[in-house]
Amino acid sequence: MAVESFPVEFSHIMMFARAVGDDNPIYNDPAHAKTSEAGAVIAPPTFVQASAQFDPDYVLRPKPGQPWFGSGKTATGAVPGGEGGGNAGTLHAEQHYEYHRPLRAGDVLTATTSPGKTWEKEGKRGGKLLFGESITEYRNQAGDLVVTARGVGVRTERPADQA
Amino acid sequence: MSLNAKDLTVGQTFQQRLVDGLTRTQIVQYAGASGDYNPLHTDEVFTTQVARYPSVFAHGMLTMGMTGKMLTDLVGDGRLTKYGVRFTSQVWPGDTLDAEATVKRVFEEDGEARVELDVVTRNQKGVEVVRGYAEARIDG
Repeated sequence: MAVESFPVEFSHIMMFARAVGDDNPIYNDPAHAKTSEAGAVIAPPTFVQASAQFDPDYVLRPKPGQPWFGSGKTATGAVPGGEGGGNAGTLHAEQHYEYHRPLRAGDVLTATTSPGKTWEKEGKRGGKLLFGESITEYRNQAGDLVVTARGVGVRTERPADQA
Repeated sequence: MSLNAKDLTVGQTFQQRLVDGLTRTQIVQYAGASGDYNPLHTDEVFTTQVARYPSVFAHGMLTMGMTGKMLTDLVGDGRLTKYGVRFTSQVWPGDTLDAEATVKRVFEEDGEARVELDVVTRNQKGVEVVRGYAEARIDG
């Protein structure tokens, strides 16, 4: 994934904070934020995940005129062995963040992702689990490193049981 | 708010209820905000009939995001230096989640006081859904 421009906007921060159930005024009230220690509206800790919105090739977003593997007239729109398959077989196993400086509304980030380690494990209920790491660096408009993210995805051979 | 090193002891715990009966609508709200529209989270028909799960389930990142609220409420805004989790069990509609942070270490780095926390979020059955750590700048 490479994101050339991820404008971090107040309204997006507000909506993201709402979605995670966080009504902290630092995310929704610029007047309050101005008088706070942070001095401005800042992004919640996992906000950079929303950079997916600015990745033109992100596979988990329906795109006009392209097949989508979710349901419509039928239970899946995926063409067997073809387009619209997304990556539903990959689950998120781990996510790690390092925060180098506050991420503020008004910042414009770029993100560059590089692959990390890969490894295999035997699943608890049989079948191989294939793990892969990706490391993403988010830099602001001044070129300063803001957040380093390390994600681990896992491909499983069967759905998990309900916990 | 912020924490002060002199008020913290190793083993001290902090709890917060994150959600009481997670709704499918909140999962969809998170899909919209994050941009991750994976049908496994947003599309009951696909998820039950094609992917063969019992129902849609929450993005791991929604649980991590909700758990992040507990952390920022505890350490203050813009104070986190590290935060990471493993997603250890899936979160389903109807789940009630409680997060807990335990003080692991109080130390100094770059001339600043810091706290290291163990972080865990459990569902209503006591099953861990995420487990991880956080580090934050504190006063001291």
